[in-house]
Amino acid sequence: MSLLNATQVEGGYGGMNILKGVDMAIDKEDIGVIVGPNGAGKSTMLKAIFGLVEVNGGDILLRDKSIKNSAPNKLVELGMGFIPQEKNIFPSMTVEENLEMGAYIKPHTTKTMLERIYSFFPPLLEKRKQPAGELSGGQRQMVAMGRALMTEPTLLLLDEPTAGLSPLYMQEIFDRIVEINKAGVGILMVEQNAKQALEIATKGFVLASGQNLYTDTGQNLLNDPEVAKSFLGG
Amino acid sequence: MNELVFFINNVVISGAVSGSIYAIGAIGVTLVFSIMRFAHFAHADMMTFGALMVFMFTALFPGAGAALGIPTPLLMLPIAMVITAFLAIGIDKTFYKPLREHGVKPIVIVIASLGVTLMLQGLIRLFAGTSSRSMYIEERKEIFRIDMPFDLATRPIVITEPQITLIIFTILAVIGLHLFLNRTRMGKAMRAMSDNPDLARVSGINTNKVVVVTWILAGSLAAMAGTFLSMDVSLTPDMSFFLLLPIFAAAIVGGVGHPYGAIAGGFLVGYAETLSVFNWSILLRRVHHWFPEWMEIPRDLALVGSEYKIVVPFFILVAVLVWRPTGIFKGKVI
Amino acid sequence: MLAKLTEKFPEGLPVREVIVAALVFVAVLLVFASQGSAYSVRMLVEASCYAIIALGLTIQWGYGGQFNAGVMGFVALGGFCAMLFSMPVNPAFWGTELASDLGRVFLWALVALAIVIGASQLHRLGVPKKLRTTLTIILALLSWLILKSMFAPVTSAIESQAGYIGGLGMPAWVGWLVGGLLAGMVGYFVGHVCLGLRSDYLAIATLGIAEIIKAILKNEDWLTRGTATVSPLPWPTPGPGELGFVMARSIYLVITAVMIVAIFYLLQKAYNAPWGRMIRSIRDNEISAQAMGKDINKRRLEVFVFGCVLIGIGGGALTTFNGIFSPDNYLPLNHTFLVLVMVILGGPGNNLGTILGALLVYIIWVMSEPLALFLMQGGADLMTNWLGWEAPDNLSSRALQARVFVIGLLIVLVLRYAPKGLMPEKIKHVT
Ligand SMILES: Nc1ncnc2c1ncn2[C@@H]1O[C@H](COP(=O)(O)OP(=O)(O)OP(=O)(O)O)[C@@H](O)[C@H]1O
Ligand SMILES: [Mg+2]
Repeated sequence: MSLLNATQVEGGYGGMNILKGVDMAIDKEDIGVIVGPNGAGKSTMLKAIFGLVEVNGGDILLRDKSIKNSAPNKLVELGMGFIPQEKNIFPSMTVEENLEMGAYIKPHTTKTMLERIYSFFPPLLEKRKQPAGELSGGQRQMVAMGRALMTEPTLLLLDEPTAGLSPLYMQEIFDRIVEINKAGVGILMVEQNAKQALEIATKGFVLASGQNLYTDTGQNLLNDPEVAKSFLGG
Repeated sequence: MNELVFFINNVVISGAVSGSIYAIGAIGVTLVFSIMRFAHFAHADMMTFGALMVFMFTALFPGAGAALGIPTPLLMLPIAMVITAFLAIGIDKTFYKPLREHGVKPIVIVIASLGVTLMLQGLIRLFAGTSSRSMYIEERKEIFRIDMPFDLATRPIVITEPQITLIIFTILAVIGLHLFLNRTRMGKAMRAMSDNPDLARVSGINTNKVVVVTWILAGSLAAMAGTFLSMDVSLTPDMSFFLLLPIFAAAIVGGVGHPYGAIAGGFLVGYAETLSVFNWSILLRRVHHWFPEWMEIPRDLALVGSEYKIVVPFFILVAVLVWRPTGIFKGKVI
Repeated sequence: MLAKLTEKFPEGLPVREVIVAALVFVAVLLVFASQGSAYSVRMLVEASCYAIIALGLTIQWGYGGQFNAGVMGFVALGGFCAMLFSMPVNPAFWGTELASDLGRVFLWALVALAIVIGASQLHRLGVPKKLRTTLTIILALLSWLILKSMFAPVTSAIESQAGYIGGLGMPAWVGWLVGGLLAGMVGYFVGHVCLGLRSDYLAIATLGIAEIIKAILKNEDWLTRGTATVSPLPWPTPGPGELGFVMARSIYLVITAVMIVAIFYLLQKAYNAPWGRMIRSIRDNEISAQAMGKDINKRRLEVFVFGCVLIGIGGGALTTFNGIFSPDNYLPLNHTFLVLVMVILGGPGNNLGTILGALLVYIIWVMSEPLALFLMQGGADLMTNWLGWEAPDNLSSRALQARVFVIGLLIVLVLRYAPKGLMPEKIKHVT
């Protein structure tokens, strides 16, 4: 039984299908990485899984139960977390309030989880009373990840968590993602820094024009000359 | 000193009263805006509706308040607040929510709220007629006259019971709102949704519930403002007409989506109105001897006549939209 | 035969158009049959004036996606100009000192304006901006107060000696045109402030300006006689006194019909011209339109002002036809919301739909008055007979309120179930 199993997913905005039959399967111990050109439908796929885009074909199973078109708050209760590509914090709320919102459905665990997040992302501790909108890009990304981790999800969807970060920060974030995954959280993320991301990936998906082009282990995709030429910048 | 007393009665107190009413109204408008992103035009009619409910219950049990030693309308206010809150939720469920889920542009919902305005107005006047009524049916409005401890002031400062209650309730409402928004889970969820609705959904916040809570707050605050206005003056079925523009001006001046801004905006608009219609010549006549002989002080030195009171909020609105569309407290950047 | 038809209508037969037009036609016939021709022609003229107003709104809402919640104000401006230009010259004003007194105050107003504008430009001379702003505000307040106290005695003298300043003795149509221009100018001011911002702001501002216009027309007695009203307004055509009701009104109808045809033709042309395409692309997708060029706000302003001009002209024609200028007769219900229903029901952005919608809605509106009264009366009788309740004495006012409710309900229902109206806008796909 795989954790997440999406088959032949079709969907898009306002009746227009962006996704034209996408397959994706992730297990608990997997880090799945989606790469592909801009506008390929990567973000749309994550949103479709998370019930933010209407799915009108195929099916999406979480532990063999269909979650197709479920409301996002139901999915959070089922142990899923999602970090959108942009606008992934509450800018006028403090860092701590941002994190609290992450634990909205489990208010009684807020306290212990806050401590854990602060020890996981130490820079957030000293900024906890500051509005999240006043943080640096990397710190915001930490807030965003921290928010999603507050419910202790078993499956985490991340949309370009390293966008706009310096290489140093990027590596830091990837290390954290591996750490989270080791703790038993299945990961599915979209990445533009494809090479580095595929290095840590157990599964890689190359998406173009709303369709799967290649699906393989991260290492194999890295070594595939076709993929390297077209999608990894040579 | 009588002039000073006159000023206190006609500007300080009267501005605080209308400022409080505008502030409470504007909070509702701004909350609805920050959660649902549309200007809710029917808000002023929810105020009228709430006041009408209070009037109805007061008429049914005119002696109830006397038994407890408080004015009956005040006793009936909580009931009216609950009913108005239900009305607000019902209106949203039947009229706004389907449009929202249909993904229409916000302006279409604005038009729908104008439709709701007409429906409410029609219903209210169908049942209550168009004449104005006093909220004090069997009781008398208590009026406090505070004599000044100066020999020169022969006239007292006049303040009525509903005015005092209104100011106390406004302070309580502001404190309560502050605690609600900053200390409670639901309040924080409301702020989160106003900040970033998509992320709020992603975080597991039940946005439908937030919407319902918003309507509860907006509806009950509207009932409160409408009732106090009617207790201060009288219940007129078309009072929404005079409230709409000041309330929206207050919300926009304070920065839409910004509850504290709405409070400040309410008082700003309230005082701007009273200061504009105040006849300054009364104060100036007192200091006439400071001016050269040839200067005559006209009898009427108000900035605008009271028939043009409506111009004041409009002027403020335009000034804000021109110079600082986000409001003095930087509301949502839209 | 069929081949010919399909050739003529490549997009299929205009079934909706035919049905709606037939509906309107039947409604008109019914009114003629039941109410007589004098009444019916009057209703048709009024409906045609409303159609002009509705065309103005359909430009703003249908073409531009701008919501004008203050149609009443622009209608009233048109009506005011129609009155001011068409009424005969008042010798009690023009032949006396009063005119020069008033002129002098206006000159002083110009002087004050120049001073205030000058003060607002002081920063060019190196005056710090804060000081300039404070100075400008103080000067503006002072000159306002001084002007106001100069103005008051003159206007009250006019009111007591001459009644009001009277008209200019010109043909009514001059007033309609000027009314359109004046409405356009006010529209320019409001649009200039609001059109770059969220669309809600325009709605609030137009709602406010409409009430302000009405307050001015109602309280400046020297200009409009206020609640005392001005009548009879001269028509541009021979009046009923010369030709009888039916004939005179029919001639008036010809004029309004010609106006509608002309406006319709112009709009149709503009809609299909590059200008119209640009406007629609702004409405449908602001972001991609922004990429096309940065003149979005200018285009929007054009749309809004143009709509206001038409509303003003329609308001002028309507007021002249009614023969009386009374500020209290301009009501948000009749002149804002009824027009809104005409547009959203007829089909926003569809000119033919808007005209037919205006006719249909106006007929229903006028005919619903006796119907509502009848229903209320019936309900009241029922109450008295069955329950022994006392019938409320002001039934007609209550019948009006019932219609207010129905208009509101209609707006919400149309938005929900027929957002494109009876005759949806036809988007021609440019290939
Ligand atoms: N909210 C939306 N409404 C309509 N169309 C959208 C919306 N968001 C994205 N699209 C369209 O869907 C397509 C796929 O977008 P998506 O965001 O999934 O791309 P992506 O693969 O994530 O690209 P990127 O690498 O740039 O993030 C694009 O053509 C885009 O124009
Ligand atoms: Mg993306």
